[in-house]
Amino acid sequence: MSYRVSVTVNGRSYEREVEPRLLLSDFLRHELGLTGTHVGCEHGVCGACTILFDGEPARSCILLAVQADGHALTTVEGLSPSPGELHPLQQAFWESHGLQCGFCTPGFLMTLVPFLEENPDPTEAEIRQALSGNLCRCTGYQHIVDAVKLAAERRRAGR
Amino acid sequence: MKPAPFEYQAPATLDAALDLLARHGGDAKILAGGQSLIPVMNFRLAEPAFLVDINRIPELDFVRRGEDGTLRIGALARHRRLEREPLVAAAAPLLHEAVPHIAHPQIRNRGTFGGSLAHADPAAELPAVALALDARLRLRRAGGGDRWVDARDFFAGLFTTALEPDEILVEAALPPLPARTGWAFLEIARRHGDYAQAGIAARVTLDEAGRCREARLVYLSAGGGPVDAREAAGLLAGEEISAAAIEAAAEKASRDEIEPPTDVHATSDFKRHLARVLTRRALGLAAGRAREATA
Repeated sequence: MSYRVSVTVNGRSYEREVEPRLLLSDFLRHELGLTGTHVGCEHGVCGACTILFDGEPARSCILLAVQADGHALTTVEGLSPSPGELHPLQQAFWESHGLQCGFCTPGFLMTLVPFLEENPDPTEAEIRQALSGNLCRCTGYQHIVDAVKLAAERRRAGR
Repeated sequence: MKPAPFEYQAPATLDAALDLLARHGGDAKILAGGQSLIPVMNFRLAEPAFLVDINRIPELDFVRRGEDGTLRIGALARHRRLEREPLVAAAAPLLHEAVPHIAHPQIRNRGTFGGSLAHADPAAELPAVALALDARLRLRRAGGGDRWVDARDFFAGLFTTALEPDEILVEAALPPLPARTGWAFLEIARRHGDYAQAGIAARVTLDEAGRCREARLVYLSAGGGPVDAREAAGLLAGEEISAAAIEAAAEKASRDEIEPPTDVHATSDFKRHLARVLTRRALGLAAGRAREATA
């Protein structure tokens, strides 16, 4: 039995027929070819598959694709304003060494972009709490915290 | 694809969802936030034949003040909404204090109030809060009308509730706090957002002379469900909330009333110790807030 899913991803509309058991993470990657959303633990622990579901971060590996019918999603591919340009948070990650292998990075970005919009001037404790739902095995998190601080400073300075 | 195959429907009304449950009964599972259900389906620890997705039923998604003065929370109200809604902060500050402890923002954006109660995970925050606040829960089945169940009769043990397979939890009613009441929600987890190793939802009501009229001490991660330590709370009734009285209650609850399971991170004894420390802190905080409410 398959179901029709109409969904907007990064401003573009897609329509697909899917089995109800298809996870949203696999839908994005295999049906839409948006492989920027990474799949780590596949049971809602590591945060690598975080996307925006109607503007709020959610884990796409514990959502069904059919649940996204009629909703608007943003994936990491939707962050940068144009090809060759980085989102300010991506730029800050790059400059602060906020990533090494980069596997977890899309999930961190999709968690932290809405966090910075809601908390333009976060404390270090707030930043650490905000990224507690995302696992990184390379950085030890310190450089990610630095990247968030840098992005927040630039955002407040209007740069 | 991780989960086993299943049939799926997302009805637009509560009646349609109840009809589906009446037809599929024990083979069906309700999909609310899915933040516990989908992981166990991904592991194939659960293989429901039929999923009734209630996310498209707007009549289940509300937070409002009932005509009887209770705070009414619809089953589909998401944790994030409870965290942000001023009415929750004003009418149920204990609930408002507990919600940020539930997992991470990504989970709170999807997880629902009703889903957490119906799932009845002993490490979950909301069952303990519902019990501490004497919540009443409205359950409905197709054609059978509603029944109201007190939180203390709803939780029946490990992942077990009073819900029948063809029933849906529709809403909860939280009574207003009595005058001179203080509250506290505290938990200890290895990282913020992880399941608590120990946690407590406490409520203290003082009488006019400033002595304890009623106390409630409900623990999470302390047994097969939320554990209501009635004997420990009973020790406080009629007493001044002194350091000695707090210590006696903390000792009673942590030694005799909770049964925290040993796991890879902590022994049962260590969790009893945590519960005892949290009881002290929570009672101090709740009594202080009750005095402020009196002043």
